[in-house]
Amino acid sequence: MLLEYIKQPWPWYISGPLIALVMYLLLKQGKDFGMSNNLRTMCTVLGAGKSSSFFRFDWKTQSWNLLVVLGTAIGGFIAHYFLSDSSAAQINAKSVADLKELGIIDHLQGYLPESIFIFNGSLFQFLILSIGGLLIGFGTRYAGGCSSGHAISGLSNFQLPSLIAVIGFFIGGIIMVHFLFPLIFA
Amino acid sequence: MKAVKFILIGILFGIILYKSEAASWYRIYEMFQFRSFHMYGMIGTALATAIIIVQIIKRKQIKDSNGMQIAFQAKDKSITRYLVGGTIFGLGWALSGACPGPMFALIGSGYWTLGIVLIFAILGTWIYGLLRHKLPH
Repeated sequence: MLLEYIKQPWPWYISGPLIALVMYLLLKQGKDFGMSNNLRTMCTVLGAGKSSSFFRFDWKTQSWNLLVVLGTAIGGFIAHYFLSDSSAAQINAKSVADLKELGIIDHLQGYLPESIFIFNGSLFQFLILSIGGLLIGFGTRYAGGCSSGHAISGLSNFQLPSLIAVIGFFIGGIIMVHFLFPLIFA
Repeated sequence: MKAVKFILIGILFGIILYKSEAASWYRIYEMFQFRSFHMYGMIGTALATAIIIVQIIKRKQIKDSNGMQIAFQAKDKSITRYLVGGTIFGLGWALSGACPGPMFALIGSGYWTLGIVLIFAILGTWIYGLLRHKLPH
């Protein structure tokens, strides 16, 4: 019975407090909750210290966070293969209609839209994934954090810089979805 | 032993991200259209709970597992870097539907194309490191 309940998508009022629990567990280990720092650590592991002093630090001091994202990947695996039925995210019907009009989906299916995330060898798809990645990597480090480091860790400690960053996240997201999607996917 | 703890915390995080659909591109799209309460409810309750946790830690001077008092670092004051950097990240978040946590959960769940997003996110961070001194902060 419980497993059947767990297998359905989790409501926001369960998921939200659980995210805060993750932050607490890390604080209790003497660490900060922030995922984008790992991108910097990975640069250092790959030898970026030769090209910029920004990457010259002992990455072993950050290896705990690499273990967290390793766990996050394992968690995604467990959730996908053992804790889910295969229903699609039930998003707003108007958003579904917009996605059909943009040609991104034929009908709502799966966890992610196949036309973007199931690789079909097209340059267009590769560009979307790679440019998306570049913007995320550059933007998070410029802003000094992402959704976890600013929206949860920073805001919960009443940091004004985090509020400014989160406003930026939404400016960027709104520009992309409202103005650039019709140009990109038309 | 400590390593196992961090992996377990990560596993919990990955399961939450996947099951809450915060890792779903569709949910991020819908969020930036302001058409559903789901993501706002989730971020809102996460934040409300986190505020209470931070306040309790500060007032009760709770210590971490090493016996050190849990400290919170103030972020550097600036507007430009947070606003511009945040906007650039927002563009990428909406396009690829994944931030640096969900990215890993999705790779684990078998969507290997997120590996392309990850590789280029590492490259993007590298480019930031190279250009950092030329950017307004």
